[in-house]
Amino acid sequence: MISLSLSDKVMIGTALLGGMSGVVGSFAVLRGRALVGDMLAHAALPGVCLAFLITGNRHLLGLSLGALASGLAAIAAVTVILRWTRTKEDAAIGIVLSTFFGAGVVLLSVVQKPSTGGNKAGLHAYLFGEPGGMLNSDVLLLAGVAVVVLAMVALFYKEFLVVCFDTDFAQSQGWPTLWLDLAMMAALAVVTIVGLPIVGVILMAAMIILPAATARFWTNRLSVMLLVSCGFGAAAGVLGTRLGRGYPAGAAIVLTASFLFLVSLLFAPQKGLVARLLVEYRLRRRIADEHLLRTLYELSEPQLPESPVIPLESVREYRHWNSLERVLERARDEELIEWGEEQVQLTPLGVHRAAQLTKAHRLWELYLMDYANIAPDHVDRDADDVEHMLPEALLVKLEEELAAEGRLPAVLAEVPESPHELSPET
Amino acid sequence: MLTGITVNAACALVGCFLILRKMSMMGDALSHAVLPGLVVAFVLTGSRSMVPMFVGAVIAGLLTTFMTQTLHQYLRVPSDASMGIVFTAMFAVGVVLVKQFTEGLHFDIGCVYEGALEYVPFGERVAGLPRQLFTSLVVLLLNFAVLIMLWKELKLSAFDPALATTMGFSATKMHYLLMVLVSVTTVASFEAVGSILVVAMLIVPASTAHLLSDRLGWMVVLSVLIGAVAAVLGFWWATYWDTSISGMMTVAAGCLYAIAVLVSPRYGLISSVLRNIRMSLLVLRDDVLAMLYRIEELKSSKKFSIAETAAAVGGGWLASVSIFQLQRSGNIEQASGSLQLTDQGREAARRLVRSHRLWETYLVEQLGMPLDHVHEPAHRVEHYIDEQIQEQLAAELETSDQDPHGRQIPH
Repeated sequence: MISLSLSDKVMIGTALLGGMSGVVGSFAVLRGRALVGDMLAHAALPGVCLAFLITGNRHLLGLSLGALASGLAAIAAVTVILRWTRTKEDAAIGIVLSTFFGAGVVLLSVVQKPSTGGNKAGLHAYLFGEPGGMLNSDVLLLAGVAVVVLAMVALFYKEFLVVCFDTDFAQSQGWPTLWLDLAMMAALAVVTIVGLPIVGVILMAAMIILPAATARFWTNRLSVMLLVSCGFGAAAGVLGTRLGRGYPAGAAIVLTASFLFLVSLLFAPQKGLVARLLVEYRLRRRIADEHLLRTLYELSEPQLPESPVIPLESVREYRHWNSLERVLERARDEELIEWGEEQVQLTPLGVHRAAQLTKAHRLWELYLMDYANIAPDHVDRDADDVEHMLPEALLVKLEEELAAEGRLPAVLAEVPESPHELSPET
Repeated sequence: MLTGITVNAACALVGCFLILRKMSMMGDALSHAVLPGLVVAFVLTGSRSMVPMFVGAVIAGLLTTFMTQTLHQYLRVPSDASMGIVFTAMFAVGVVLVKQFTEGLHFDIGCVYEGALEYVPFGERVAGLPRQLFTSLVVLLLNFAVLIMLWKELKLSAFDPALATTMGFSATKMHYLLMVLVSVTTVASFEAVGSILVVAMLIVPASTAHLLSDRLGWMVVLSVLIGAVAAVLGFWWATYWDTSISGMMTVAAGCLYAIAVLVSPRYGLISSVLRNIRMSLLVLRDDVLAMLYRIEELKSSKKFSIAETAAAVGGGWLASVSIFQLQRSGNIEQASGSLQLTDQGREAARRLVRSHRLWETYLVEQLGMPLDHVHEPAHRVEHYIDEQIQEQLAAELETSDQDPHGRQIPH
């Protein structure tokens, strides 16, 4: 047996636990069962107490088996309630959770009585977590469970994937979805229960949910999500025990995990808050830019193809602007307009771009009038909403319709004939 | 015990709306998430008096609700996961704060979990009542008052939030109001009964009442009663076995729920089993009658004893019971070892066979179903076709005297 210092043991143990709960938590969160971990953690208490009353000692293995038994009983109870009564899932979980925990509290007070000769110190760990009390055998148990869980996930990866995302499809393919589901639940139960004495009831629930929800911000692929979530869980375990010296370790680990979650929530690419706000900001900016061009085009339209000088005043009156100056600046930087002295003029490039935008807008208006029967004086606003999103292929189709009506914008030049003979290159 | 009753009643009142809005776990979440609010209030004021505690709890509760909503709506975290994240994080903050600020002071985390109803009579007193009783009484009255004043609004937003919003009172505001009530109730009950019992009392009596009633008014009344009964039972059991009162109350509530699952008149297991049996008996009785009628019609000389008849309609003890029922009601009689229809029974059987054959004819004539496919559906439907439908069917059919198999349709 390698001799480890206590802090090393604690760190390895919490890292293992974080990693495992990250993996099984991913499945739980994807299946919409995030709170089942919470329920299992609470429901374990009567099992722990019973196991203690029966065996009379505090071996982790015995207590864990008791916890597992009552956890499974709780899952069965929820299933029965859902199957045969009108109680909804959330209430069912709440009922089972609180009743089991109440029974646990009752049993705990029995354990505490001097007549049974117990002291509740070891059992109290199940409520609040005591990573400091970890033994070598506990670390080994954690490692063993981790190996089993990982092996199971590796073996049934494809099956779990399908069950998570499309249960009906899995069923129609003849897979035993019920058993696969139960296997996932069982893994969740086992991990929850070995984790209980380390981080405590509430915080175990957090360990199931947090790493998985964190990983969800980083990826859309299950394989990556499992890895990332495992990593986050382990990191939370290690960092939490490192940084949280002097505080309740369970709380420290969970706060670390929450911090990781918060960081991901803000800064994850694509799904993070910052990235999403950035995308939205860019979209708004583009819409404002496009509105400016179309406004200028419509103001210039009577004199096209000459590009007239337009007083800024009439641009201001044409529609509502949030910050016209900045929009104008951007357009000038892209050499789409000339701007100065309360006047503005489209450059040739600007006319070309503006013509395209106006075309999209009017094509959509036409479509709305013809196919959606919207009155002509109502289509402007509706077209405003979509014109920025219309794909090229749709525009071509709309254009064919418009051509038949002779309403194509004047500037759109036909493609000139080729000045030379066209022949396939040899 | 009185404290237990008032706490339970207060919880049951708001609990009804929680389970109707499918937010039961929000009770669990809030009861944990108010911890940091309590600690901060405690640290800031240095006292454990009621008002700062409530303010702290309400702020923490609203914060939790707000963060959960935000995570779910704007960041697309699944709703259960966002709840789990927020309340566990809040709880962790609370645990750390407790450790940081209240060391050496009297702030027992264990009491947060398990409560200490046992010590209520020995605690300090406000206005002549034990403090916890006074607190929970105030909260009970508060919940009651809000419920009375906003009954219509709460009801509507519980069942149809979208309609509530279009009618001009925001379902979101109701949601937050409900959360405030839950937070306050939680805190009031905390010290006396512990957080898990709060969860139990929020959800379990309300769910039990939900099994027993379809009307919100009755459901609320029932849930309060059930909460009170659970408190009394729990108290008795706990003193009898000398264990934790709050734990026993939870167990009592769970037992009441289990009983309701079994015996609820409309949704209970037993009543639905009974309903099934009654239905099966009706179908079997009809089958026996129709079979005997057909035998008479074919002028077959074959005689059916009770056992043979029972086997012919599918067997089992239900078949025997149905034959016994028919005999007792005078529809069939036993003559020289075989069963025969009485006049009354023949009349009933004729109606059945008429239904059956009219339906077969209808299926073939109007829906164009093939001949060999119509017996099964007619067999299933014949029990539900009454006189009026028979007439309608006969009126719509071209041939209402012969079924598609060429047999006569009796009148």
